[in-house]
Amino acid sequence: MLRKPWAKVPVWLLSLTPACWLAWRAYHNDLTANPIEYITHFTGDWAIRFVVITLAITPLRKLLKLPDLIKFRRLLGLFAFFYGTLHFLTWFGLDKFFDIHEILADFAKRRFITMGLLTFLSMIPLAVTSTTGWIRRLGGKRWQRLHKLIYVTGIAAVIHYYWLVKSDIRLPLLYGTLVGLLLLYRIVTQSLARKAKSTPTPKRAAQTA
Amino acid sequence: MLIKKPADIRHSEVTPKHVYLNRRNFLAGIPAAFLGARELLSPSARALAGAKLATAGKSKLSIDEKANSYQEVSTYNNYYEFGTQKDEPAKNSQNFKSSPWTVSVEGYVAKPRKFSLEEIMAIAPLEERVCRHRCVEGWSIVVPWIGYSLSELLKKVEPTNKATFVAFETYWDRKQMPLATPDRAGIPLPYVEGLRLDEAMHPLAMLSFGMFGETLPPQDGAPVRLTVPWKYGFKSIKSIVKIKLVGSMPPTTWNITNAHEYGFYSNVNPKVDHPRWSQASERRLGEFRRRPTLMFNGYGDQVASLYEGMDLKKNY
Repeated sequence: MLRKPWAKVPVWLLSLTPACWLAWRAYHNDLTANPIEYITHFTGDWAIRFVVITLAITPLRKLLKLPDLIKFRRLLGLFAFFYGTLHFLTWFGLDKFFDIHEILADFAKRRFITMGLLTFLSMIPLAVTSTTGWIRRLGGKRWQRLHKLIYVTGIAAVIHYYWLVKSDIRLPLLYGTLVGLLLLYRIVTQSLARKAKSTPTPKRAAQTA
Repeated sequence: MLIKKPADIRHSEVTPKHVYLNRRNFLAGIPAAFLGARELLSPSARALAGAKLATAGKSKLSIDEKANSYQEVSTYNNYYEFGTQKDEPAKNSQNFKSSPWTVSVEGYVAKPRKFSLEEIMAIAPLEERVCRHRCVEGWSIVVPWIGYSLSELLKKVEPTNKATFVAFETYWDRKQMPLATPDRAGIPLPYVEGLRLDEAMHPLAMLSFGMFGETLPPQDGAPVRLTVPWKYGFKSIKSIVKIKLVGSMPPTTWNITNAHEYGFYSNVNPKVDHPRWSQASERRLGEFRRRPTLMFNGYGDQVASLYEGMDLKKNY
């Protein structure tokens, strides 16, 4: 079913649902007493969720033996960038109202903002080079190395969240644990792969085939 | 006595409950008809049917600024015992029993005693006082509180010369507040606060029993709370059960939680930043652009003298 041509449609619709729900609430003036704060938190929540979902694709492909999940990784990663951009623009435009002076003051003072900017910046090259054209231009190996930036995104997003909460650290810890596990998966599989490569066994010729 | 005792009111005078609960829909007019269904379901319209609180008039200490709406003040709250999200206290405190209530006044006072809610409300004439309220997080509101200066209560119980600080404690009960555990709330409980005696005796420090012409809804600190408008909002402790006159600086919950970020004095000060964010500006709920934060939340003329000679950066 994952290979059907329409398989991406439900994923698109589900991914757009949070944005639609937010627009619905905005239309009905139901954005709480502090709308800018609400929109910022809402878009931030979904940005980090999509980062986690995107990071989960590769482990799920291997563990569930569903290689076709790769079809959806770019789509989900770009939605992380979409919500991240909304989140950034809400802060930049609505909160700071494009006031460069205030924005610079924020960077100097609020380190969680600096971490947020780092998170957002790390996503830009990923979004720009997400197309097959760019995979060709960079070559598969270089493209793969660049896209390891998503690990930076995941870690920076968690730190950004952890540094901004007042006392209730449960959600930042949850995302931290998820990102941690998803990165641990890569550490484990990559070190096992390296071990397999460096161990000369008679079976190796058959393995690499 | 400004509040009618139950015996004074005939049963036939009592407003039918459904009319009373939906009164704001009538007040709001035609546009509300479209929102009517939603308003009926929203926490502020429905459950927080506070009783009307008659006042002796407007306080001379009121500021001349537009108050926020009842909706804003009653649906955007920090009351971690009922949940740490802004909309949770209104949702989770619907069944909070604020009557009967006892406030115990103890410590270095000549006349320690327990007050029932009726007794403590009767100590001085209730006035409506419009005050600024600035949260340490960077948002602010203007609220028409109803109450009287804390000094009236303190004068009545006569602090002895050993008393140099006033300590306060909030109600804490796992049955009525199932989310009120230290790890769910992120802070140690019960919630405690404190003021220096001269701060507590300042006329601006207020015991509040109501807002917007009615008794307090649970999420705003029913039935009695502190209003210390020149300090960050977390010092305006809610649902007070104990007031104790003590001889040394008492523990305060946010200082215990994170001493590096929250001090004892916590005066609103645009020049002293929170370690993780600037305090130079704030968002007044309902406004789009942020506004500059005022020294002592705009009450500098009245309270600055309390802190003459103090390094407010050190004593944050």
